[in-house]
Amino acid sequence: MSTREIEHVGLSHSMKRRKQITNAAIYVTLSLLCIFWLLPIAWLVLSSLRGETKEMYTSYIIPKQFTLWNYTSLFTDTKLFSFPRWYLNTLLVAVCSCAITTFLTLMVAYTYSRLRFKWRKRFMNISLVLGMFPGFMSMIAIYHFLKAIGLNQSLVALIIVYSGGAALGYYVAKGFFDTVPKALDEAASIDGLTRNGIFWKIILPTSMPIVAYTALTAFIAPWVDFIFVSVIMKDNYANYTVARGLYMMIDREHMSEYYTRFCAGAVLVAIPITALFIKMQKYYVSGVTGGAVKG
Amino acid sequence: MSANINTSAQGKRARKIPHTDEHRPKFIHQLANGGAETWLSAIIFGFGSFVNGQIIKGLLYLASEVGFILFYLTFGWGYVKDLLTLGTVQQGWVFNEAIGIDELAAGQNSMLILLYSVLTIATLVPLFMIWRNSVKSSYLAHERKLAGIKQPTFLKDVKTLLDLRYHMTLMSLPLITLTLFTALPIIFMVAIAFTNFDATHQPPGKLFTWVGLTNFRNIFFDNPKYKNSFGGILTWTFIWAIFATVTNYLLGMILALMINKQGIKLKKLWRTCFVITIAVPQFVSLMLVSRMFADTGIVNETLKNWNWIKDPIKFLTDPTLARIMVVIINMWVGVPYTMLMTTGILMNIPADLYESANIDGATAYRQFVSITLPYMLFVTGPYLITTFVGNINNFNVIYLLTSGGPLNQNYYQAGDTDLLVTWLYKLTVDRSDYNLASAIGIIIFVIVAAFSLLAYNFTGSVKKEDQFS
Repeated sequence: MSTREIEHVGLSHSMKRRKQITNAAIYVTLSLLCIFWLLPIAWLVLSSLRGETKEMYTSYIIPKQFTLWNYTSLFTDTKLFSFPRWYLNTLLVAVCSCAITTFLTLMVAYTYSRLRFKWRKRFMNISLVLGMFPGFMSMIAIYHFLKAIGLNQSLVALIIVYSGGAALGYYVAKGFFDTVPKALDEAASIDGLTRNGIFWKIILPTSMPIVAYTALTAFIAPWVDFIFVSVIMKDNYANYTVARGLYMMIDREHMSEYYTRFCAGAVLVAIPITALFIKMQKYYVSGVTGGAVKG
Repeated sequence: MSANINTSAQGKRARKIPHTDEHRPKFIHQLANGGAETWLSAIIFGFGSFVNGQIIKGLLYLASEVGFILFYLTFGWGYVKDLLTLGTVQQGWVFNEAIGIDELAAGQNSMLILLYSVLTIATLVPLFMIWRNSVKSSYLAHERKLAGIKQPTFLKDVKTLLDLRYHMTLMSLPLITLTLFTALPIIFMVAIAFTNFDATHQPPGKLFTWVGLTNFRNIFFDNPKYKNSFGGILTWTFIWAIFATVTNYLLGMILALMINKQGIKLKKLWRTCFVITIAVPQFVSLMLVSRMFADTGIVNETLKNWNWIKDPIKFLTDPTLARIMVVIINMWVGVPYTMLMTTGILMNIPADLYESANIDGATAYRQFVSITLPYMLFVTGPYLITTFVGNINNFNVIYLLTSGGPLNQNYYQAGDTDLLVTWLYKLTVDRSDYNLASAIGIIIFVIVAAFSLLAYNFTGSVKKEDQFS
């Protein structure tokens, strides 16, 4: 016993030194990586505050003059690009598609998780197969369909596009519902609650995190997507969303004049999304790895 | 199983009646034993319900039948009748003798014919289901009548929609949106792959028609330019997907190991630093990075100012360098993501494995290769395949960084960093070559389906196999 203790002390002494060296190396590596990772973001924020607005690129990172003009002019100078209008468009689309998507997703997730019926497995398999087609493919057809009924280039079309696939994105919510104990349902059922009652009064209140997660992801989508908007809106600038509008600000034509304002707009979009994401990252992780991690 | 649950509350009634839901009589059986009204129900929907006193239910069946017939007569047939040819009357100038000048005469629109035909044919599915239910409910009503049981009122039937048949209530709306905005569009686009709907056949000016497998033959064999583009882009798509997946996976895991190592402080701060880059929308961060590495971007300008280089380095405009750059920049996007995903799993690796390795004097590298990596591969196998599939379709990174460029003269409308999915996007949005794009979409589907099947089987084997040891 005693010999082992002595051995242990001697071992841990040399190990301690080695450990200190490795830890120091890790701190240095992590710091370097952090700088490397945060540099573009720092550059974005600094450019958005840059007073030298006429120059697109500067060879220095820290601006010579700080200003908030880039931010204010986004909202005051609306001659060519109407940022406030885009902002309101995005807000409207995000709120509507968030409401629709959340409802559809939770309905489907609850059904697949709790109710057993003849076509359940078949529906889930069909969903899986449909999800394997590239999104653009259906996009093109939807565009032609909306055009045929005269809805193209409208915000309604955009809401339809963002919430149309809601029934396919049930996996995370279903995974969550699966973990809610079935005993709750049974108890409620004995108390005379219908399945409708169980859904609204038992399952939803106990699953608030997943309701919030579903709503937030649906809310964020219109803020960060620029592809579907491009396809649906074509050149109808007035109905652009923030992402598509900002994307236009740095095309070849406008980049030199609008670069710093693009940075300001990007910061305005990124701040709320970053905040939401950091808050919700726990659910995000469990959603993606849910199928892979055991027990 | 499902029958039991569906009818459990009807149990008392069900047991008294032979051949109800629980026995699942076949359709023929229902017709044969449902009395004359069931036969009539197959022609006049809801007839059986009607004569058995379920007036509202019967009327609803009838109304839906009338609705469908009206829809087919006034709308559907007008398109479906031209489905085989996709229209024969082309828009063109016709001499109008009355005025003495040429007039633009409207022609048929192949696109609308196909679109609405798909829609009309798809409505046969709900029609069939309603027809089937009409017969079934007539049969059940007949059986109840024979057994002398009171027919359930309409109100009672509706109430079951909130309980026993609650799945119908919940699923109806999602199913409608799924059909209209996902399933039908995909069927339409799959059909397009077998037509010649390209830039030179744009409705309403021109008609397009069925061409069978021509598009696929062109891509695989006949058209040298298509064949060249497809081969090149497919190869690069796979190279890209492999490199993007492996680099992100390994480096993300190493990063997670570093942050979570015992004795490293401020774990949460380090993690947040990296996570911020995921949270910033990709169109912002990637656009920014692509501008940084542009020929006149800040990186080249800075290097010039320091007199390190004279001519700008063609980070994103030289084919080989651009390919390397997108993989590297993709690490910037993806490594924090893997770090976030793997952190939790790394914590679950049994600590005694490392302890005994430490006592044996194994180096950190050796521990990573012999303990961490095998364990992680075992647990995250399906996630790895899903990521690989995601990278095959990684539109954002490629499109925002290089837009697929630099343009390759040997390719059809594509560049050296284009993936199949960005090529598809260009073909549709920039070129309107829908037929080619749809064919490529189907090929992407086949690839994705194959790998997903692999992932699915992997998950299955993980579930069956008990423990990692």
